[in-house]
Amino acid sequence: MAGRLVMRGIALAYLGVLLAVPVGMVMVKTFEPGPVAVWQAVTTPAALHAFWLTLLVTAVAVPLNAVFGVLAALVLVRGRSRLRPVLDVMVDLPFAVSPVVVGLAMILVYGRDGWLGGWLADAGIRIIFSVPGIVIATMFVCLPFVAREVVPVLREIGTEQEQAASTLGASGWQTFWRVTLPAIRWGLAYGVVLSTARAVGEFGAVSIVSGKISGQTETLTLLVEKRYTNFDMAGAYAASALLAVIALATLGLMALLQRRKDTA
Amino acid sequence: MTGLAVRPQARPLGRAARRRTPSLSVGVVTLWLSLMVALPLAAVGSRAFEDGWGAFWRSATAPQALSALWFTLGVSLAVTGVNAVFGLLVAWVLERDRFPGKRALNAVIDLPFALPTVVTGLTLLALYGDAIAYTKWAVVMALLFVTLPFCVRAVQPVLRELDREAEEAAASLGASGPVIFRRVILPHLVPALVSGCALAFARAVGEFGSVVLISGNIPFDTQVSAVYAFKQIESDNIRGASAVSVTLLAAALAVLFALRLFERLRDHRGEA
Amino acid sequence: MISVTGVSKRYGDFQALDEVSVHVTPGALTALLGPSGSGKSTLLRIIAGLEVPDAGTVTLAGEDVTHVSPRHRGVGFVFQHYAAFTHMTVRQNVAFGLTVRKEPREKAAATVDRLLDVVGLTGFQHRYPHQLSGGQRQRMALARALAVEPSVLLLDEPFGALDRNVRNELRAWLRRLHDEVHVTTILVTHDQEEAMELADSLVVLNHGRVEQVGGPRELYDAPASDFVMRFLGPVTETPRGLVRPHELVVSAVPEPDATEAQVARIVHLGFEVRAEMESGDGSRITAQLPRAEADALELEPGQIVYVRAPHAPRPAEPDTEEDLVRV
Repeated sequence: MAGRLVMRGIALAYLGVLLAVPVGMVMVKTFEPGPVAVWQAVTTPAALHAFWLTLLVTAVAVPLNAVFGVLAALVLVRGRSRLRPVLDVMVDLPFAVSPVVVGLAMILVYGRDGWLGGWLADAGIRIIFSVPGIVIATMFVCLPFVAREVVPVLREIGTEQEQAASTLGASGWQTFWRVTLPAIRWGLAYGVVLSTARAVGEFGAVSIVSGKISGQTETLTLLVEKRYTNFDMAGAYAASALLAVIALATLGLMALLQRRKDTA
Repeated sequence: MTGLAVRPQARPLGRAARRRTPSLSVGVVTLWLSLMVALPLAAVGSRAFEDGWGAFWRSATAPQALSALWFTLGVSLAVTGVNAVFGLLVAWVLERDRFPGKRALNAVIDLPFALPTVVTGLTLLALYGDAIAYTKWAVVMALLFVTLPFCVRAVQPVLRELDREAEEAAASLGASGPVIFRRVILPHLVPALVSGCALAFARAVGEFGSVVLISGNIPFDTQVSAVYAFKQIESDNIRGASAVSVTLLAAALAVLFALRLFERLRDHRGEA
Repeated sequence: MISVTGVSKRYGDFQALDEVSVHVTPGALTALLGPSGSGKSTLLRIIAGLEVPDAGTVTLAGEDVTHVSPRHRGVGFVFQHYAAFTHMTVRQNVAFGLTVRKEPREKAAATVDRLLDVVGLTGFQHRYPHQLSGGQRQRMALARALAVEPSVLLLDEPFGALDRNVRNELRAWLRRLHDEVHVTTILVTHDQEEAMELADSLVVLNHGRVEQVGGPRELYDAPASDFVMRFLGPVTETPRGLVRPHELVVSAVPEPDATEAQVARIVHLGFEVRAEMESGDGSRITAQLPRAEADALELEPGQIVYVRAPHAPRPAEPDTEEDLVRV
């Protein structure tokens, strides 16, 4: 059994070097200046605004994506449309697109010289360098999560429960709310948690479309970067620690949901 | 038993409700995906080729862009290779080994998915600071971190569902541990491993947040394509950024399409 | 009265149903019997409205329902794999049809109580489906289908996923239930024994066509085709046609009309003995006889015996379509 111990050792060492040590390090660095300094760093007006903006963006982007994701999953699994293979690829596409490319694409569509830019300007709508742009960019990067988690669950539960509901007199709408949605709830919840994590943490795309106006379009991740480039290391670590705590909470939720999903 | 009142005649059937076709939802999904995904990416493609193929080619193959691209592809490939080996090892230990704290460890694997990339960058900087910051090794470390879960999570479920009896049969036929692994287990894991690697590669090629701080962004050295494109946007060279973006997109898409093709071929062979 | 007239259904290259017409007597238990791929489940699903036929009509109580959605047909459907609502308790499952119809709560509760009692699940009403055995789940599914007082109860291989013992028990229970509630019932099965035991009337399907319709006895005694005869019980081929193995008379001395055969193998089945024999022209004949008779003949491999059928066997027919095509 020496082989097993060696393998376990290598795996643990790899994970330790790659994951545990760095994350522990941020916590250590964060609290080096003392808890008061940390509290002050995460409660400056700019930090508070960044926190609320991040929350707002997440609160808009994630539910929209959840609704769309469930609809897309239904079309991908149950639909008989000939468009299905194309839609299937399109749903996955955001996974393969660099955040920088997403940001650039947003500028090219919604920016002043963009495809819809002139029309939007005439209508008095500002998207780039303002909150809507951040929301749209976030929605793009989070788009596949819910659909990808719900698709396998839908496939697994099959259509018999829905057919049974219809023979018992349930309408399509009743069947969806009472049978389909409860059956996919853990997959959906898992997808929502993944989307939330990604929405809170998105940096590249947001950094391009937001304009990084402090107190207006600055999210938490942008605040971390700004403080770092301004050599405010303590402030950067404090904001990072806040994000890391959110990430750890997400992780806990994921582990919990994974177990529900497996036993359901 | 109770007298169950079952009406022998049929219930009133109401008006003939024809089965609705789900064309509405297909329409909504198609429209949404077109607006959200296809339109923006088409805008990038269109901008890249707006001034003709020659202009695109010049932007895409500018010395600095080309150097960033080769570095990006090379480092992504290397990282994918490391992931294949260590992903397999970690998945194996998590599924087949038993030790205290395994469940917590299993949950921690997803940390790179949950942690914002910019925090990842800062974290690695805090830890390795002077040692590797602003070197190619820093980029390798950052990419290893963000791509860690792909292979592990792809292999784990397959390993869990694997038929242990086949291994026991092989052992009863006199096969040694390594032989069983190579001849009996590995063939089942390869498809999942390939798909995990493809996803990891696609992610590595486009990675920005974790790399931008720690790489130092030194042209012809540690600059990756995503950061190069970002710099072009900042200096208002939108065409240059678009051209590089198209190459990045092409690389990621090529990998994902290859993956689909591989999966289809495998399914095909499985049916035969 | 359920009438299916000229119904056809095709899936790609596969003709699942080919102009099938079936008329079901109200109040009776009818079995759709056939091998897999014969179209029996498709026919049931078309009656329920879960599939729409390519051609033909379905009428329930005189009303054309061919294009009516299942929810407006007033049928109860029981699936082979139960189709239990996994996130609802037994009680919620049974109440589902009443809930979506917005029946008054007290009336619905009373109906559910009664049905839980009928299917013997009163003590399990707060459990979830995964906490039940297969047989219990299927009884729950039956109660759920009955709760909406369907005009027709449709059962798609309802016992197919159960162990043999549970299957036999549920079969007897279903027959008793049917005798009490008299709801028109159509049962799909590939098991001829199940069909014979349960049904008042059988519809035998093969390759998407109706082979024969009739009572269990009628079908067994007067099969309309080789297929029906083979499907309803064991057969053996004699030089003069098909017979049931237990109808053959085996004797140790030559008799008129008897075929000479050599015993190849003796199989003891408990109460009966199966004798596998080979006739002079090399064809195999199987006879099944009571043990006492076999003992009296002192049957053993190698022995020469004489076999005859007391009734006229069913003459061999050019039964396969391939033969017809070749001619």
